[in-house]
Amino acid sequence: MELKGQVHKFGDDVNTDEIIPARYLNTSDPVELARHAMEDADPEFVNKMQPGDFIVAGKNFGCGSSREHAPIALKAAGLAGVIAGSFARIFYRNAFNMGLAIFECPEAAAQIKGGQKISVNMDTGVITDLTTGKQYTSQAIPPFMQELLTDGGLMAFVKKHLEAKSA
Amino acid sequence: MPKPQTITQKILAAHCGKDYVEPGELIMARVDIALGNDITAPLAIQDFHKVGAKKVFDRSRVVLVCDHFAPNKDIPSAIQCQQLRNFAREQDLTHFYDGGDMGVEHALLPEQGIVGPGDVIIGADSHTCTYGALGAFATGVGSTDLAAVMATGECWFKAPESIRLVYTGALPEWLTGKDLILHTIGDIGVDGARYLAMEFTGEAIARLPMADRFSMANMAVEAGAKNGIMAPDEITLAYVKGRTLRPYTTYESDPGAPYLFEKTYAVGGLEPQVACPSSPGNVVPVSRVGDVPIDQAVIGSCTNGRIDDLRLAAKVLKGRRAAKGVRLIVIPATPLVYRQAMDEGLMAIFMDAGAVISPPTCGPCLGGHMGILAPGETAIATTNRNFVGRMGHTQSKVYLASPAVAAASAVAGRIMSPKDL
Repeated sequence: MELKGQVHKFGDDVNTDEIIPARYLNTSDPVELARHAMEDADPEFVNKMQPGDFIVAGKNFGCGSSREHAPIALKAAGLAGVIAGSFARIFYRNAFNMGLAIFECPEAAAQIKGGQKISVNMDTGVITDLTTGKQYTSQAIPPFMQELLTDGGLMAFVKKHLEAKSA
Repeated sequence: MPKPQTITQKILAAHCGKDYVEPGELIMARVDIALGNDITAPLAIQDFHKVGAKKVFDRSRVVLVCDHFAPNKDIPSAIQCQQLRNFAREQDLTHFYDGGDMGVEHALLPEQGIVGPGDVIIGADSHTCTYGALGAFATGVGSTDLAAVMATGECWFKAPESIRLVYTGALPEWLTGKDLILHTIGDIGVDGARYLAMEFTGEAIARLPMADRFSMANMAVEAGAKNGIMAPDEITLAYVKGRTLRPYTTYESDPGAPYLFEKTYAVGGLEPQVACPSSPGNVVPVSRVGDVPIDQAVIGSCTNGRIDDLRLAAKVLKGRRAAKGVRLIVIPATPLVYRQAMDEGLMAIFMDAGAVISPPTCGPCLGGHMGILAPGETAIATTNRNFVGRMGHTQSKVYLASPAVAAASAVAGRIMSPKDL
């Protein structure tokens, strides 16, 4: 599957307090969380972005707290995915567990500019800058994580496990 | 000859039925304790029910603590705590902490002996890595991971590579574990240990009390680490004795165990450290912070809300008052710490210093309640993060330091070392 969207650019070490400030964590309603996505990094983000857009950021995206509300807010805001130089580990885990597409690609993160259109092949992780035509290959998803995705996320995997046990 | 392993490898191996795990290896490990709080557990409970799970894997090993926005700060927060309370009742959980039992989770669990050496602990809270100070493998996960563990008692991990951080020499007066971890994060950066196990060792660690060790392991995540860990020694075992609710196993790294890199810090010449806005990696010695007037000083949190931390703050505050215009907020991390502080006369010292004493809560650390900052305000805090907007308005600022520096700064009205007071 190939998705096209506009790029919103952020820097290094974007933390989960910026992605979804703790003052909004008195709910886990995705629609409510989506209203405040990226608010403390860019208060205008939710007004500027269109569903299907991408975030492109530097290293260590999603550092800080373990709040799964961060990938939930981004996904519910309609973001197609996040491309970053690298991801903080809890955010990386959470994104897979709840199904936000993420791509690790330092070269794309460094070179793709904000406002540009890109297309991303969600299966191969090949990112194309539609302005320059340049292609980038993101780091392969580990086979175990692919299996999780194929199963439909971690809880689907757990459901299979529970059903097998009670059968 | 078996291959030499780090303490982290050994604990993970023991929890997946192996003698050895290779760094980078994906394993499914048995979990000893799974933790959630009033922010992260509601999502986990929802997921748990969604997959048709009926019973948690072990009612004595799933721990729920209402500490973040509790005492309930508003109606939505009250509802989140209610979801935990209902689930705890439905599942008959042994360890549910609410109201007067409640303490800041990462101070509470070790204090109550719920976690111990050699455990594998996951928590839907990034500072779960705190328990590494006991010689356990402890790491933060998200709510979905917590839900999966509540249902199955297992969690998948990629066994991390380790780095070895050696602290040599003797700590000068006023230096604490907080200063050592801030200095380390300042050195290696906020992603300097991304995905890695930070193993703390050396003679300075060997002399460090448990409270300081907890502060250090607590902030491993601020360097991006999967876990922070220290091999148990006599100090650990003395702490665990009489508390631990389960038998435990101690592990240590083998000579020749693999480390991605090693760093040595001579602590003898260190000054108290301060992390300036807006990153825990933006660290300077207190003498180089410059002239920074403050509006608020917060002493508490899972990093520095233990009795040793309050004693240290009281040592600075005794016979002194917070400067006019400075709001000093002291938050004992658990009911036991609160009572100890009362019994030892620390509360009187704090009140004489003009402090507000809060019930145990995470509260202002994450900008929840009990001390939120207005635009343009500056706080010094013994907490763990100083990101933009962390303690309130996005135009407020947070400096991170030890209880000694926070207390001295409250008295001076500006950031100051206790030795200059």
